[in-house]
Amino acid sequence: MSSYSLRGLHWFDALSGDAKPVYGLPASLKVADGFLGEQPARFLAVVADPANRFARARNGEVGLLEGWGLAKAVDEVITADQGKSEKRALIAIVDVPSQAYGRREEALGIHQALAGAADSYARARLAGHAVIGLLVGKAMSGAFLAHGYQANRLIALRDPGVMVHAMGKASAARVTLRSVEELETLAASVPPMAYDIDSYASLGLLWETLSVEQIEQPTASDVNRVTECLTQAIGDVAEKGRDLSSRLGASNRAASSHVRQLLREQW
Amino acid sequence: MTDSAALLNKHSFIELGARQRAKALLDAGTFRELLDPFQRIMSPWLARQGVVPQADDGVVIAKGSLDGLPVVIAAIEGAFQGGSLGEVGGAKIAGALELAAEDNRNGIPTRAVLLLETGGVRLQEANLGLAAIADIHAAIVELRQYQPVVGVVAGSVGCFGGMSIAAGLCSYLLVTQEARLGLNGPQVIEQEAGLDEYDSRDRPFIWSLTGGEQRFASGLVDRYVADDVAQIRQQVGELLQQGLPTQQRSAQADLYLQRLARLDAEPQIEPATVRDLYQGERS
Repeated sequence: MSSYSLRGLHWFDALSGDAKPVYGLPASLKVADGFLGEQPARFLAVVADPANRFARARNGEVGLLEGWGLAKAVDEVITADQGKSEKRALIAIVDVPSQAYGRREEALGIHQALAGAADSYARARLAGHAVIGLLVGKAMSGAFLAHGYQANRLIALRDPGVMVHAMGKASAARVTLRSVEELETLAASVPPMAYDIDSYASLGLLWETLSVEQIEQPTASDVNRVTECLTQAIGDVAEKGRDLSSRLGASNRAASSHVRQLLREQW
Repeated sequence: MTDSAALLNKHSFIELGARQRAKALLDAGTFRELLDPFQRIMSPWLARQGVVPQADDGVVIAKGSLDGLPVVIAAIEGAFQGGSLGEVGGAKIAGALELAAEDNRNGIPTRAVLLLETGGVRLQEANLGLAAIADIHAAIVELRQYQPVVGVVAGSVGCFGGMSIAAGLCSYLLVTQEARLGLNGPQVIEQEAGLDEYDSRDRPFIWSLTGGEQRFASGLVDRYVADDVAQIRQQVGELLQQGLPTQQRSAQADLYLQRLARLDAEPQIEPATVRDLYQGERS
């Protein structure tokens, strides 16, 4: 049993199949060009690289190389597909435990590296690429903002190991001056504070949740199922547009819509 | 002017609250606040956690003009919950930027200025804060297609978390010496990585790595300004006049990857190393 998650890697391998690997990127990024049915797609995953030059980014964290590397991998697609009628879909396979926490990272501007990744994904979306985030493991905080959260559609697998959050429990407790136990009690009654995927789904941010047989090592039928769902998501983007408006509308996110409506009235 | 006269003439920007900051930047008489505190659009999540909500949720959205140009200012109040963004405050910023982009598509050249004093996501609203920040990122990139988005980190909270990524997406960034700009707050790094890696109580150390002067010397921000209302206003005006940058900082992956490839990542890092790596002869 390794100390880091292999889900992202396994799902990348399973979904990308015989796709053509993209070289020239940090070893912590797995990127390949292939197809989902007839639809050309670039698959992207951040994976653990125990030999990462940056010691604080060896367990799959999104650090300096990962942020800028994702930006580069996405920019290549935007540039290469410019002017084409059929643009590659971008499939971000999300299994990211956190951003990298370290002195080197802060000093060298990890915020700017993550901005690079978010920027590229957002520009890809605006350029007409379908961007789909597939959550197979953790989707934490800044790491998720850089890799996945700019997607047109978010799909999560149903599993206790799939979780979205702004901060790990121990740190969140320290910053909010609570104990971990108090934090957990609150999370049970306040949906945006919870770590589980059902609470997250109640916020309306997911397009779909899917059950699979073996989340750690997907079966052939798991891959078929997820491939079909990804294809449907791409179709939905083509039909309904490339902004993030599909994330609004849930009762647990009603204020987000209300505020926008009032702003428009008073603008 | 004598030193003391200069001091008396100086008006601190940092000492102003969010609303006063927005007012100070806009042309006289043009400030108009949207969703002002009297409308009491408050967080639906704080009261049930025993936290007293605030009538503007810590974010001021103001329209007006700056040097005659139409502008919307989103100012975060660092004094309320550390400038953290929850659902309402986050939606105010995202929604204002979305409407500014829509203005531009309709021929109205609305620009945006973000006054960033924020620890990032408000942990009491965790996932809704994170989602709102993703929306803010999307909206900055959208608006930036048409007009510059200017970020100001004056101090004293600084700009952290997901909102430091938002700062990194801005067309231009302006800081003072008091500013700090970084992804992870010092306490969290210490918690996650240990005291040897990051001592959250060592303020000179933290400023030497993430302070405004260092960020400017490393080319990670565009302007370094004294804490003075008139000077900050003038420089924000200049940046808005400049229009879109020729090269967006967040779109320079190749350049930064080349620079990082040259770094020996083995020894612990010093501020001067970053300056040399990112600016070379300029530092």
